[in-house]
Amino acid sequence: MATVVFSRGLQQYTAGTERLEVEPGTVRDVIAQVLARFPALENRLDSGTAVSIDGEIINEPLLERVGPTSELHFLPSISGG
Amino acid sequence: MSEERKFRWIGTRPIRHDGLDKVTGRANFGADFSLPGMLHGRVLRSPHAHARIVSIDTRPALALEGVKAVLVGADLPDIPSQIGSGGEQQVDFRDLSHNVLARDKVLYDGHALAAVAATSPRIAAEALERIVVEYQVLPHVLTVDEAMAPGAPILHEDMFTKGIEPTPSEPSNVAGRVELGHGDPEQGFADADVILEREFTTQTVHQGYIEPHAVVARAGEDGQCMVWCCTQGAFMVRAYCAKLLGLDVSQIKVIPSEIGGGFGGKTTVYLEPLALLLSRKSGRPVKMVMDRGEVFRASGPTSGARVRVKLGAKRDGTFTGADVSLYYDAGAFKGSPVMAGGMTILAPYKIPHVKIECFDVVVNKPKVAAYRAPGAPISAFGGESLIDELADELGMDPIELRMKNAVSEGTKAVYGPKFRRIGFEETLEALRSHPHYSAPLGPNQGRGVAAGFWFNGGMQSSASVNVNEDGTAVVISGCPDIGGSRASLALMAAEELQIPVERIRPVVGDTETVGYNDLTGGSRVTFATGMAVIQAAQDVVAQLRKRAAKIWEVELDGVRWEDGRAICTNGNGETPEPLTIRDLARRAARTGGPIAGTASLTARGIGPSFGAHICDVEVDRETGRVSVVRYTAVQDAGKAIHPSYVEGQMQGGAAQGIGWALNEAYLYDENGRLENPGFLDYRIPVASDLPMIDTVIVEVANPMHPYGVRGVGETPIVPPLAAVANAVRHATGVRFCDLPLSPPRVLEGIEAAR
Amino acid sequence: MSRIHVETTINGEPAEFLCEPHQTLLEVLRDELGLTGTKEGCGTGDCGACTVSLDGRLVCSCLVLGAEATGRSLGTIEGVAQDERLHPVQQKFLEHAALQCGVCTPGFIVAAKDLLERNSDPSEEETRYWLAGNLCRCTGYDKIIRAVLDAAAELRGESA
Repeated sequence: MATVVFSRGLQQYTAGTERLEVEPGTVRDVIAQVLARFPALENRLDSGTAVSIDGEIINEPLLERVGPTSELHFLPSISGG
Repeated sequence: MSEERKFRWIGTRPIRHDGLDKVTGRANFGADFSLPGMLHGRVLRSPHAHARIVSIDTRPALALEGVKAVLVGADLPDIPSQIGSGGEQQVDFRDLSHNVLARDKVLYDGHALAAVAATSPRIAAEALERIVVEYQVLPHVLTVDEAMAPGAPILHEDMFTKGIEPTPSEPSNVAGRVELGHGDPEQGFADADVILEREFTTQTVHQGYIEPHAVVARAGEDGQCMVWCCTQGAFMVRAYCAKLLGLDVSQIKVIPSEIGGGFGGKTTVYLEPLALLLSRKSGRPVKMVMDRGEVFRASGPTSGARVRVKLGAKRDGTFTGADVSLYYDAGAFKGSPVMAGGMTILAPYKIPHVKIECFDVVVNKPKVAAYRAPGAPISAFGGESLIDELADELGMDPIELRMKNAVSEGTKAVYGPKFRRIGFEETLEALRSHPHYSAPLGPNQGRGVAAGFWFNGGMQSSASVNVNEDGTAVVISGCPDIGGSRASLALMAAEELQIPVERIRPVVGDTETVGYNDLTGGSRVTFATGMAVIQAAQDVVAQLRKRAAKIWEVELDGVRWEDGRAICTNGNGETPEPLTIRDLARRAARTGGPIAGTASLTARGIGPSFGAHICDVEVDRETGRVSVVRYTAVQDAGKAIHPSYVEGQMQGGAAQGIGWALNEAYLYDENGRLENPGFLDYRIPVASDLPMIDTVIVEVANPMHPYGVRGVGETPIVPPLAAVANAVRHATGVRFCDLPLSPPRVLEGIEAAR
Repeated sequence: MSRIHVETTINGEPAEFLCEPHQTLLEVLRDELGLTGTKEGCGTGDCGACTVSLDGRLVCSCLVLGAEATGRSLGTIEGVAQDERLHPVQQKFLEHAALQCGVCTPGFIVAAKDLLERNSDPSEEETRYWLAGNLCRCTGYDKIIRAVLDAAAELRGESA
């Protein structure tokens, strides 16, 4: 099972839950599972969200694969200069 | 992955291919281009920090002989508020449109509200003076504190703070709030033996590129448009202009000129949509160039900010918890880099419990634009200053304290994910063992250290490698070269093709001659465009081997590529002479046609870059003047492709940070007008302000990149603000928490401490 | 407005142009004569990107009127290289990677060349103060100063 880790900020919408186990799949699949479990996150994960999968930050993540032992974090999308 | 690889070209220092044009004045920058029949465009800008536009009458301007077109906000299409991505960053296109040309309100001194095109610059300037505008002046706010105060004048009546539950019913100037972190800071502070807390403030500063924004645009009768401009991203300009003007991207060709500095400030559009519209209206090409005053007044500086940091540690220096609040101003429209500030503050350290609150606040100043590691220098100023205080408090060496808590592979970052292979410990080691660190200091001198971090970027790049008939190769990429990246791309192609770098010609294409590229910035070009070049060159090598196999009539696996030649390893009993790239290129037509490789990718495997600096200052106790007398920058580059340009990034970033710490700030009068929109009074470092800047390149290879590359361009600006402030603390005994450390401020601090 | 006819010498060659009374020498060089090597960074004499030599003296061409060039001798970046040979300052800038974006480079080269014509062995401090009127935002000046000192050594006949 892959793991989604919620930052303090997102924990406002997960009733304080920090870690959630999910079925592996694409990031889109994972988000669907997350929203099914925590509907309050609807509209909190918007197009400005990037993810990190096993430590790698990915900006356009929806079709990326999350493996059976992966750890995924939601991050604000950061730009450089 | 590549630690043991011996490089032939990577790591050497050839003269850059575009260098000759630049030392002879032949290189064409944004304002160096002209077209026949060209008109000159100028922009009318608000003299008020905040005002309603009651009416604009442009008829007197149009009546002036020589004026061919006039624009006001109503000439731009109305677009809904939508967040799009166009190049690297999230952009609200409605905000962008309103920044390019104001609609019912002007929101800062310098805000554009009309534009004219005329047959000469002088007539254009006169036309501006004839435009009659009636303003209803409103009260204004210039700092986050003013903007958040109860009863503060509101910039946007439709701004309701996002990220607060429940959503407020009253509009405010706080665009959003985001919380980051993990664990429980209360627990963290309970575990601490020592807790320190401080508040810091920084002022609005500008990227300070020497070349003002410039564009020549031509809208053709068939709807096809051409834009020549200095920009960090030709595809970004294309996308943004298309969005703002309601065009298809296929209708706009953007040619990026050589660019005279960007640092993030040229990752958006200001003049380009205006020039295109004026061209369409007048039927002639239009050239627009900002003067220096306009650059300061109306192109994005970065945020001014308030930073509150609280840090707890055990007696032995182990960090136990942190609580941070960041308030950054975004200028007149939402979107400051406060979140990056939150993600990078204390990022170099292991901290089990941390809470970071980020507030994005609008004020009546120009909309902020990216500035080299956007957000990070500001928060690092707070974090690294406080760590220095902690070192003093604990009686620990400041590098030792950082070593004790340094992140390494597998550590959970403050912003969530675990780090992969990184080089922070190695960087600190190199800093500590540098002779600068143990050099003696003189009277009134002090030494400060600070560390810094930037994620770096990947994103989309395309490149082509075309082999000429003489065996030389052209490398075409799409990222404007702001720091010498062409030379690095040529080195990478040379390494893959195994031919001398002098036989590689690197060029930057436009939006019609090269595949899509995200913009130059985010420390991504050497990494991501480099990856595309490597892949394209590898594709060429595969083709060259195939051609040789065909000529020799052997299997492909019987051909090896070495030193720029195909070598036959299985010649069915014969040993043919090797075929050089020149031999194969000459026979290309007979063996299958032109030899060209191409690659388009979204670069993965980004590796962050850590840096750490040492700064020695001397403080004149009579005038408060702070002089930097010695400076050393250490940084992990993964693999330095062209070391001279890595060093250049480190030195340039350090210099900008020193200016930010000591002298630079936007100064406003009581009407909210910018008082120092020029290089005389917006004082960036000059040659006599700085010593030589020593650099040490650490190479902890990024395992995800074929050569181990990590981006390097942005990290160098992150440590200097605190490095300078820490040095001043040690020189004077006074902790300064407010930048810049200008002479009057330093003098006041010294005298108060007596 | 009637234009002024100016006869002058640029980089050793006779030149002439028409200009309006208010046009600066910088505007004339760039817009009338097509000599775009000299750059405008500020228009107010603070950045040095427009540095040229006027009768052997360094000036900010944005602070000189075009008409003032009458009968005088101008030196611009276009005249620094001689007959396809780069001046040692130019060559050293390339070798030391003393440029990143390159927009300030013409001004620096004109100013540095002038320094070395007056002082064949400047110290680092003298060089920094001489070039304090030329702003660079990219390099932090380190490699620029090294390049100029190395060019001085070469002109003295020493190899660095």
